[in-house]
Amino acid sequence: MLLEPSLIVSAVLFTLGVAGVLIRRNAIVIFMCVELMLNAVNLTFVALAQTLGVGGQIFVLIVMAVAAAEAAVGLAIILAIFRHRETVNLQHLNLLKG
Amino acid sequence: MAALELLWLVPALPLAGALVNGSMSLFGRRASRGAVSVVGIGVLAAAFALAVAIVLELSRAHPGETLVFRYWSWIPVGQLQVDFALQLDALSALMMLIVTGVSTLIHIYSAGYMHDDPGYARYFAELNLFVFFMLTLVLGASFPVMFVGWEGVGLCSYLLIGFWYNEKINADAGLKAFIVNRIGDFGFLVAMFLIFQHTGSLAFGDVFARAATAFTPGDRAITAITLFLFLGCTGKSAQIPLYVWLPDAMQGPTPVSALIHAATMVTAGVYLVARCGVLYALSPVGSLVVAGVGVVTALFAATIGLKQWDIKKVLAYSTISQLGYMFLGVGSGAYVAGMFHLTTHAFFKALLFLGSGSVIHAMHGAYHATHSHEDAQDMRNMGGLAKHLPWTCGLMWVATLAIAGVPPFSGFFSKDAILAAAFARGSSEPVWYLFWGIGLLAALCTAFYMTRLMLYTFHGPNRTGERERAHLHEAPWVMTGPLLILGVLSAAGGGLVLRLGSWLEPVTRAAHALAPEHELARHTEWTLIGIAVVVALAGIAAAWRLLDPARLVPARQSPAERGLGRVLWRKYYVDEIYQAVIVRPIVWFSREVLWHVIDEDLIDGIGVNGVARLSRAVGWIGSRLQNGELGFYVMLFVVGVVLVLGAAVR
Amino acid sequence: MPATLVVFWVFAGAAIASALLCITRRNTVASALWLVVTLFDIAALFVMLDAQFIAVLQILVYAGAIMVLFLFVIMLLNLGPGTASDVKGPVGFAIATVLAAALGIQLLALLRAGPPAAAGDLARAGQSEGMIAAVARPLFTVYLVPFEITGLLLLAAIVGAVVLAKRQL
Repeated sequence: MLLEPSLIVSAVLFTLGVAGVLIRRNAIVIFMCVELMLNAVNLTFVALAQTLGVGGQIFVLIVMAVAAAEAAVGLAIILAIFRHRETVNLQHLNLLKG
Repeated sequence: MAALELLWLVPALPLAGALVNGSMSLFGRRASRGAVSVVGIGVLAAAFALAVAIVLELSRAHPGETLVFRYWSWIPVGQLQVDFALQLDALSALMMLIVTGVSTLIHIYSAGYMHDDPGYARYFAELNLFVFFMLTLVLGASFPVMFVGWEGVGLCSYLLIGFWYNEKINADAGLKAFIVNRIGDFGFLVAMFLIFQHTGSLAFGDVFARAATAFTPGDRAITAITLFLFLGCTGKSAQIPLYVWLPDAMQGPTPVSALIHAATMVTAGVYLVARCGVLYALSPVGSLVVAGVGVVTALFAATIGLKQWDIKKVLAYSTISQLGYMFLGVGSGAYVAGMFHLTTHAFFKALLFLGSGSVIHAMHGAYHATHSHEDAQDMRNMGGLAKHLPWTCGLMWVATLAIAGVPPFSGFFSKDAILAAAFARGSSEPVWYLFWGIGLLAALCTAFYMTRLMLYTFHGPNRTGERERAHLHEAPWVMTGPLLILGVLSAAGGGLVLRLGSWLEPVTRAAHALAPEHELARHTEWTLIGIAVVVALAGIAAAWRLLDPARLVPARQSPAERGLGRVLWRKYYVDEIYQAVIVRPIVWFSREVLWHVIDEDLIDGIGVNGVARLSRAVGWIGSRLQNGELGFYVMLFVVGVVLVLGAAVR
Repeated sequence: MPATLVVFWVFAGAAIASALLCITRRNTVASALWLVVTLFDIAALFVMLDAQFIAVLQILVYAGAIMVLFLFVIMLLNLGPGTASDVKGPVGFAIATVLAAALGIQLLALLRAGPPAAAGDLARAGQSEGMIAAVARPLFTVYLVPFEITGLLLLAAIVGAVVLAKRQL
């Protein structure tokens, strides 16, 4: 019964996460928006697990573990960059030219 | 016998001579002059001897037949099967004899005339090459092979007109000849395409056999073909409107003028019409145009000749005029008469040109000895040369009487035959009477200007100058010898009239079956003959009485012409009109539109440079995609995702 | 409308609102805190979706550990209250809105196409032995390998984080 509304909410949250990634320039905030996207996906999995089996929830478990690992490594990278460039503003981190 | 099998050798000999002399010209030492002469003249003499043998065998073993010798398959493309083949019948045999015979005489003459020229070997190479192409033209068994010769003689004409290419005026004359001829060649090509389209073949035998069934007489197709062919003839044979190159072609050496622009190349158009007699018989309009243009050209050129002072220019316009007569002949269906005049004209016009060459040779020698820079070709600087060049004078008088049409010289017989044929057709279409009248008037002018030429050159007081007079002398025998032979032929060639009709009958039979000849009553014919003779004599007498060579002064001091004389002297300003109406607009168009706009702006600018600029622009856009900003990259990510999802959602 | 749905939409609405606030606040800390609120709301939604274990894990791990880590890093960097350049200008904003909207519409279209037919009912399975057991049993039997690999992943992440964040290697 709650399946369809959950999916709608999940889609909206994902969209908001994408919008956040596109709007913000602060690297940490962008990272947070990525976490938001992951959560939206988690919501989708959980909603579908109701009918499709507990595998969905297990997947959510693993997603959370991966998100934790990713957050740790990502923030460590941001710290390292901050040490070199004194900024986490994406506008000033433009060395990825071809 | 083997002679017929060696037909290919007749054109091959001059070709070999051209190659040998051509390679010798690259070494250019005077010591080889004798070798060049031997090779150059030798191949021609051998070719002539072989031609005589072949024709004798033809008349003995295969009288009246047409023999085609196929050598290799040249263009086998679907329905179009063109072989490199030579055709031997009465018509091509006649042309072959004329070409090789007169060429041999002129080659001998050239050995004397061009003796001191540094380009001796080159001259003989190009002259031999010309004879090769001319023989290909007359012996070709199909339109393409003939066209090879047609183009080739055009090339050699260009080379030989501009032989002394260090002077711009000579090079320009060569260019003019070539370019004007190209217009005619376009007509020839279009006609070839149409012929193939309607008959499915380009070989003479096939085309003429199928012509009667492939075309309905007088319809647009056959008329178009005949008119386009005639366009080619106006170019090659210097008729209105494409005759303008021939007077300029006099810039070349005089033997070249004699051979190419009197005896052989310019007659190619007449040969073409005679060869395609079947086609012209099927198109009354085509024949009418040919004869009409021919006779009008005859009169037109004759009037210009009345007021020219350069001896070679007079002869050039005379050639144009006489070619007009030939076209009147073949246009009225009197192929025999036309070819007869072609033959006799080859004799006496070559004689006239070579004779004038002897005169010019003497004048040049005189001026050279006194370091004078007068014009050696201007008749106002001549006069009284009969005393110094008696043989030349006498022989040229023979030719003058022949060209004027005085019996019993050859020209009388041929010209009279043409005029009679034109008059005969008048009984069915009155316009031919008009042609006859114009032809008669042109004959009057011909007699007049030729007598004028002789009068001013050889008679009266000498205007060359005191010091030069001592150096004027007769040409060496190597030059006067051929003149003698040509003189005999000009005088006695009229005897051909007895044999030529029956000789050419097998070739003209097909055409006359489609458009029968008109017969004249005996007494009408004699009346016409009488009128023609009277006109000729009247022309000579008028010139003798009205013109006073004693009143001439040397060219440098001569007053400018006025009035009608000026118009004639300036050749009716045709060249100037062409220049203004045709040449300048084309040059302007080529420069402004074709070059600046199309070539520079469009092709270079848009095509070449534009493509490069487009590449740079695309590359620039591509490079802007990599600006190093992560935010931008993420946005591109999302764009990609949206697109992929868009495809999936669908 | 049944009570569950009302409650659901209350929490869902709260989640969406706080997500919106998260992405628009200029202050970095504010953004982080609003994200925490969002996570709590999502946890509530998990509860309503018969994923109680996951809900608790969400609060403990996500909101409790990961977001704390974020806040620690924000503190370490000492960025300040946030400058104007932290959010893109009007042009970027517009493009972002358009793209996000496009994506949202597509996602909604995809998800509304409907999930596949019901294969089972988790609620009933949870009634017999409890949700934790229902999740743990497959986790340690069928999905054992991914479980162990996740452990290795966490180990790699720890090592990597330490190495990356050191001043000198």
